[in-house]
Amino acid sequence: MAQNQAIPGYTPGTHPDLPPPVRTTGMVGWVRTNLLSSPLNIALTLFSIWLLWSIVPPALNWVLTDAIWSADTRKECWALMSAPRDGACWAFIRGSMELFVYGWFPRDELWRVNLTFILFALTVFGALRENIPGRKYWLWFAAGFPFIAAYLLLGGGLEVSTFKVLLLAVIVSGGSFSAKKLSRGGYKFWHLLTSIVALLSLYVFQVSEYNSVLFTIDGLTSVGTNKLGGILLTLVVAVTGIAFSLPIGVALALGRRSKLPALRAVCVIFIEFIRGVPLITLLFVASTMLTYFLPPGSSFDLLMRVLIMVTLFASAYIAEVVRGGLQGLPDGQYEAADSLGLTYWKAHRLIILPQALKISIPGIVNTFIGSFKDSVLVLIIGMMDILGLGRARLNDPDWLGLAPELYIFISLFFFISCFAMARYSLNLERKLQTGHKS
Amino acid sequence: MNQETPTSNAIEAPATSSDEKIITINGMHKWFDDFHVLKNINLEVRRGERIVICGPSGSGKSTLIRCINRLEEHQQGTITVDGTELTRDLKNIEIVRSEVGMVFQQFNLFPHLTVLENVALAPIWVRKMPRAEAEESAMQYLERVKIPEQALKYPGQLSGGQQQRVAIARSLCMNPRIMLFDEPTSALDPEMIKEVLDVMIELAESGMTMLVVTHEMGFATAVAHRVIFMDGGEIIEEKPPQEFFDSPDHERTKLFLSQILHH
Repeated sequence: MAQNQAIPGYTPGTHPDLPPPVRTTGMVGWVRTNLLSSPLNIALTLFSIWLLWSIVPPALNWVLTDAIWSADTRKECWALMSAPRDGACWAFIRGSMELFVYGWFPRDELWRVNLTFILFALTVFGALRENIPGRKYWLWFAAGFPFIAAYLLLGGGLEVSTFKVLLLAVIVSGGSFSAKKLSRGGYKFWHLLTSIVALLSLYVFQVSEYNSVLFTIDGLTSVGTNKLGGILLTLVVAVTGIAFSLPIGVALALGRRSKLPALRAVCVIFIEFIRGVPLITLLFVASTMLTYFLPPGSSFDLLMRVLIMVTLFASAYIAEVVRGGLQGLPDGQYEAADSLGLTYWKAHRLIILPQALKISIPGIVNTFIGSFKDSVLVLIIGMMDILGLGRARLNDPDWLGLAPELYIFISLFFFISCFAMARYSLNLERKLQTGHKS
Repeated sequence: MNQETPTSNAIEAPATSSDEKIITINGMHKWFDDFHVLKNINLEVRRGERIVICGPSGSGKSTLIRCINRLEEHQQGTITVDGTELTRDLKNIEIVRSEVGMVFQQFNLFPHLTVLENVALAPIWVRKMPRAEAEESAMQYLERVKIPEQALKYPGQLSGGQQQRVAIARSLCMNPRIMLFDEPTSALDPEMIKEVLDVMIELAESGMTMLVVTHEMGFATAVAHRVIFMDGGEIIEEKPPQEFFDSPDHERTKLFLSQILHH
């Protein structure tokens, strides 16, 4: 081997770089070191090959070659096989696909769901692609997407009353007023007082008889949230939880590290309380107890309550992950930002959070994947997500006993979604790599 | 440390440019919990004056200059920087910080931003300078510290000496009236110390008011108007460099000098 030959006489300081010995690199090297390095290893390798040989081909036969893709019932399906259960009956999944994807959404309004899916794909695409032209507009669109989606799915017209017009006016004028105040640095007690007085008088006005409906705007046909089901419901719960938990979690993490004792206490209590209670318990609270606390007669949609609970639950976890990231930053970063005269918010926005969130990516995505999967827990309070709907479908006399097909399908759906998130996070980490840390 | 570091282009030391006081510290005390870290500090710095602060580790010298831009809060006495007194008023603190540059031992560059972004960041966000203008001025300062060709790299790809020069450019880009240096060469490999000291000497020649915590005695001799020796949280001795090295008054100063000069 040429590489092993000694280099004949060279002057010190001029030794050339040599390639490594061939046995330790490449395919051959890998097989030698990993599969055949000792008699025990050889035996284990042979055993593994035999195991794979006896499991994989039959499994593939069941899933693909012997599977039946179109039939109307389970009996029909099995009649097409050499023996019942010889292959998978994917006809069951295919036949139920519409139900699984759309739930009970009115069938002549399905375009709204499809449009939502398309917009969702565009949002994800635009938000995750960094070098897309006009990225700023993509991000604005992504920020507005939840509201567009909510309207597309639920529809409904708008009843314009004097109260709502007044409320809007107060919010807009108050907002612009306080923005001006804050930018000049003054935020006075009387300002807070006038806001409270304004809101109180609005409340009094709302219950008085002066509040009247001015006109109504017709919109999309209203669809009740109880019509949502299947993959649609799973995605609504999971995506809402994921999308809103990040900003809330970041705010909680910053609050927990704040120098203001009251704010810190509120954040700590909130995080520890939410983390200390199982999600299922929170969901039961959402489905039953919350109504006791609300004023009598007011109805607060069940799905909305569930979404709030799922979001709060995820944000408590995100808060702790982000806090870990914040603590992982050297103090020098805060000091450098301070010494340049950056304010708290600018320092966090430009220096601290970009780095802290980058450190937290694995933990954040881990939490996201967790909440995506936890979305199936809503079936416990009777909401029919993909798992609940699938199980209900199993009781259909036509398709009795096809549980393996159903669960493989559902597993695949969750696996693909979660694996995509995991891969994206790895990709993101690599992209944000900028050499050694200071 | 080594006494004969770069003094080839030594500047004539004294002759401060003005009598105007830019920093006034009066009867200042600071505690870390129960630990009395700074005791009755009185110090006046004139505009254009260059001061080197030295002393054994734990003597409070870093804490002292960190009080000047309020990275540390003092509990007693007053600190006035360029007419603004440092109190809890956040506005005042921000004003002082934008007028006072600081260079750290560990550089503290922002690793997620390029060198150019590091330098242009504060002018854009604190001084509200248009981006193009800020980047142009950032390039000028990078040229001044002699690394314009690294502008688009990330800090992690630079050597320690280069990073420290970027850190100096980052502070200078805010056009500060005062520069604080907290052991700027202590974390550097020996062969990189000179390139950083050269930049600091060049800065001194331009008339910048500088407070430098360092053990580079060659730098002190070449550049400083005054050398301050601290021990146990107190200013023990305060003299022009030549006198300081040749005829120190206090035993502790003599001991310290003998330890850093002969090792």
